[in-house]
Amino acid sequence: MTTHTNSAHTAGSDAFGASTPGDVDADTPVLNAVGGDWDDLVDEAAAMHEERIVVNMGPQHPSTHGVLRLILELDGETVTEARAGIGYLHTGIEKNMEFRTWTQGVTFCTRMDYVMPLFNEAVYCLAVEKALGITDQIPERANVIRVLMMELNRAASHLVAIATGGMEMGATTVMTIGFRERERILEVFEMVSGLRMNNNYIRPGGVAQDIPAGCIDKVREMVPLVHKGTKEIEDLLNENPILKARTVDVGYLDLTGCIALGATGPILRSAGLPYDLRKADPYCGYETYDFEVITRDTCDSYAKLRNRLDEIHESLKIVDQCIERLDKNPGPVMVEDKKIAWPAQMSVGGDGQGNSLDHIREIMGESMESLIHHFKLVTEGFRVPPGQAYVAIESPKGELGCHVVSDGGTRPYRAHFRDPSFNNLQAVAAMSEGGSVADVIIAVASIDPVMGGVDR
Amino acid sequence: MADNPNAKPRHSGADGDPQKSESSFLSDLFAPVAGFGVTFSTMFRKVATEEYPEQKRPTQLRYHGRHQLNRHPDGLEKCVGCELCAWACPADAIYVEGADNDDESGQRYSPGERYGRVYQINYLRCIFCALCIEACPTRALTMTNEYELADNNRADLIFTKDQLLAPIQSGMLPAPHPMVEGMEERDYYQGKVTGPTPDQEKWVREHSSDEESAE
Repeated sequence: MTTHTNSAHTAGSDAFGASTPGDVDADTPVLNAVGGDWDDLVDEAAAMHEERIVVNMGPQHPSTHGVLRLILELDGETVTEARAGIGYLHTGIEKNMEFRTWTQGVTFCTRMDYVMPLFNEAVYCLAVEKALGITDQIPERANVIRVLMMELNRAASHLVAIATGGMEMGATTVMTIGFRERERILEVFEMVSGLRMNNNYIRPGGVAQDIPAGCIDKVREMVPLVHKGTKEIEDLLNENPILKARTVDVGYLDLTGCIALGATGPILRSAGLPYDLRKADPYCGYETYDFEVITRDTCDSYAKLRNRLDEIHESLKIVDQCIERLDKNPGPVMVEDKKIAWPAQMSVGGDGQGNSLDHIREIMGESMESLIHHFKLVTEGFRVPPGQAYVAIESPKGELGCHVVSDGGTRPYRAHFRDPSFNNLQAVAAMSEGGSVADVIIAVASIDPVMGGVDR
Repeated sequence: MADNPNAKPRHSGADGDPQKSESSFLSDLFAPVAGFGVTFSTMFRKVATEEYPEQKRPTQLRYHGRHQLNRHPDGLEKCVGCELCAWACPADAIYVEGADNDDESGQRYSPGERYGRVYQINYLRCIFCALCIEACPTRALTMTNEYELADNNRADLIFTKDQLLAPIQSGMLPAPHPMVEGMEERDYYQGKVTGPTPDQEKWVREHSSDEESAE
């Protein structure tokens, strides 16, 4: 623990980077807590008679929702200024995608916002399909599977948002129930795609493979259980006086603020605007499903929480409709055009999962043309005509957009994502300034930023 | 904190709030303590926790686990060293080096021209996306459901061909040995080979004794 007054030669920074040059005036005292007794630090701070205290909350703080660094200026217990510091989870995903084929890009973008991998994949694939001009050729069944997976993922993402939010408030029961229910959904993901997260399941042109036998029964079995688990969270939270005391009128952001800051998703809908891209600009056939857009207009964290809980039920309602359609309509799950369609035909056997023996017989034993297609698509990939495409979908966190630019090659010239977490995070200052430190936690939890998506 | 001009919750028309419509005086009264009911009833429930190291939950069939290099029914390797798996890999985790089969010197490991002489998968890089097994044109590479791949050093996580090759099933002859006589490469892929022939067995017997005598 050190106290020192900045002079010209220290230039306002210290070995731990707690403040940077130009950050503070030359004679501002800087206090660093690097171990030692907290009381001593408090005494030191009190001895300086400094009113304004700047605190770094994070990036390693358990209540900041990942590696988010919040720079809070405090006046006593009141936050007078809040700034979000980001970039601690930058992984260069967008740049990496420029060096991989269009199909390989899915494995990268699925890792951006790792709580909603299937939305990342879906928006990327929709953008690539738009650039290819094959949006209308995507088989019906592939679209239904996409909707099914996305809605399950939406429920899972909201469950994580509520679970981690509860944990940050100290309600560990909410956390255990949330993750318990999410587990049921992840089991379905594992059954369908082979992975619980980062699925690499939705591909340009369709989906990687059809849902396995028994999947529909499993989903039918699971949906009522998740409804029930969500109801338990509702019982725990909805009218809980402690929760209401902490969330009602906290993290307030009205409609004007939402629009000005570009906040979307449950935040915008908590301000009363029923803006949902599934209704406003349908994709994947969402216009044919029956569901409600949940809105509340109290603009506070409580409304955002309740919106998420209600949206879980609405998502499961869509899942029921998907299951009905999948049961009735078998069909292909990949676009017909053999110059674009990923050539794999997977099957599970005694030796594990691999290309089916029928497919092997065709490409290696019978059709030289199929073999050439297979090799070309795997090594080089398909070409996308020069141009650009932008697609936005409604992710659990808000408007998730993907902008792909092609120079006519087999790799993206540029792939950019408008991740809702990033835009929503701007609202931290507006939502928490003027409140207490404890309210900052609630405000951040109600935004539900995932740093993997913010920094990409 | 911020003063809320609209403190009274009002739901817009599209909002379906089932709890609101069903609420009665009694449920409203007990709503603040409904959470205790959840906690209490949880005591009589089966715990959802998985006791992992003691009890292993089987994965789903499609689970992406450790890779395996497969063999034809007569024991020849399916890998033809085409490197498609390495091409498909977005993480550059696979290294393959092909070589020519040579019947004259007795170095035949796979049907056809080429075989995978060096085959390595780096599990420090692998992201288990399964693009490699989707790319494999001969079903030489598959993914099993084995997931316990942790180790305490980096070198051991680069799996080599001998670690990845599927164990010899009963009746199979370990490569190298000649192809089934009278068959060509495509016959293997059309499923016409069901096991080793007496000629292949004889060849292997002769050549293994050669090696033993050489030692």
